[in-house]
Amino acid sequence: MSKKVHVQTNINGESVDFLCEPRNSLLEVLRDELDLTGAKEGCNNGNCGACNVIMDGRLVNSCCVLGVEADGCELTTIEGVGSAANLHPLQQKFLEHAALQCGICTPGFIVSAKALLDRNPNPSEDEVRYWLAGNLCRCTGYDKIVRAVLDARNGA
Amino acid sequence: MHAFDYATPESVADAVVMLSDHGENACVLAGGTDLIVQLRENRRRTDLVVDVKKIAELNALSYNVATGLTIGAAVPCYRIYGDAEIAAAYPGLMDAAKLVGGTGIQGRASLGGNLCNASPAGDTIPPMIVLGGEAEIAGPAGTRNVAVEDFCTAPGRTVLADGEFLVSLRFPAPAPNSGAFYRRFIPRNEMDIAVVGVGASVVLSGDGSSFVSARIAIGAVAPTPLFVSEAGAALAGQPVSDESIQRAADIARDAARPISDMRGTAEYRKHLTSVLTRRVLQGAVQRAKE
Repeated sequence: MSKKVHVQTNINGESVDFLCEPRNSLLEVLRDELDLTGAKEGCNNGNCGACNVIMDGRLVNSCCVLGVEADGCELTTIEGVGSAANLHPLQQKFLEHAALQCGICTPGFIVSAKALLDRNPNPSEDEVRYWLAGNLCRCTGYDKIVRAVLDARNGA
Repeated sequence: MHAFDYATPESVADAVVMLSDHGENACVLAGGTDLIVQLRENRRRTDLVVDVKKIAELNALSYNVATGLTIGAAVPCYRIYGDAEIAAAYPGLMDAAKLVGGTGIQGRASLGGNLCNASPAGDTIPPMIVLGGEAEIAGPAGTRNVAVEDFCTAPGRTVLADGEFLVSLRFPAPAPNSGAFYRRFIPRNEMDIAVVGVGASVVLSGDGSSFVSARIAIGAVAPTPLFVSEAGAALAGQPVSDESIQRAADIARDAARPISDMRGTAEYRKHLTSVLTRRVLQGAVQRAKE
């Protein structure tokens, strides 16, 4: 076992320090150390996007980031996007459009869509579909997800 | 994942020392989208991961109409296509930078990493070859430059010796009346590995009627991405016509040495090489005229 490293981050607006081994992925740190279990482990190899978080303003797959790499970074996870009492417009639209079934992929989709709308508040359907190409959903067939994101434009 | 140590050198010299001290038991981390998965799946083992993202040269991204483009080896795809000036000057490179994985991968993955991973199907490698890219390598004996077409030596193998690592990629400024294009064939719309990928760059005469020069590179049809110099050479001095383009496409097809696998048979890949080369040349010609 390698020595644990002290990592300082800002997660969802709060300073968060943690210890991790270099081999721990950011996803493992979020889920197992920090109890932020919204990001999901799907494929664990960068294909499915269920673990998407925003790191210093850009979308990343947290399974393909080492926890130690997050030192000095600002992170936004699904827990920072909204709360049950105060849903983000994307979360509200996902509910209205029934854009989920089993829900495993949903945090990744919402975080990914938020990263898109943060940068481009009025994307076309093509832009939404290409942006979300790295998020896999095995239930919905994507149409409802795309409609929910389109409906959240500007209102977000 | 097995245990390893992690280091973040802040200079090229410090990174060379760390990599030299550990030899083959160290590896370089940039975006990690290949490396972290390979370590997790026990396809690679290492004692030390050297994260090169704190080294200024590895994050450099600069373009000058006179001197060309420098891309630090760790600059992620999103920064490259996010720069409007660079995107306008090098559309052939953007074709590839925009289709490496999905958005989350592009937030981390770099052209340097794509090259060092040395996949025969690495999407950014054919366009880097046709744009005349040069790799700057640092090592114990100093720095050296290697043309991108000579960088990969076998699947997953490169010219990098122990203690060496890729610092940056350099591209000449686009010539007047030039255009480049990259396209791959995949059975889906997005998020797949190329069955065949083709890059082309052309320089046309002032009136756009003939080729001054051309470079063509093909991917996923040989153990490494392949620079087909004879296909480009066959276009030099020729009129821009369906016939000249088809002749170059045939030469590229004949240079392909594909294998048959789950993505396609060798025969299918050779056919696709011809079709894609023709279309990519047409696309490059179109851009040269714009």
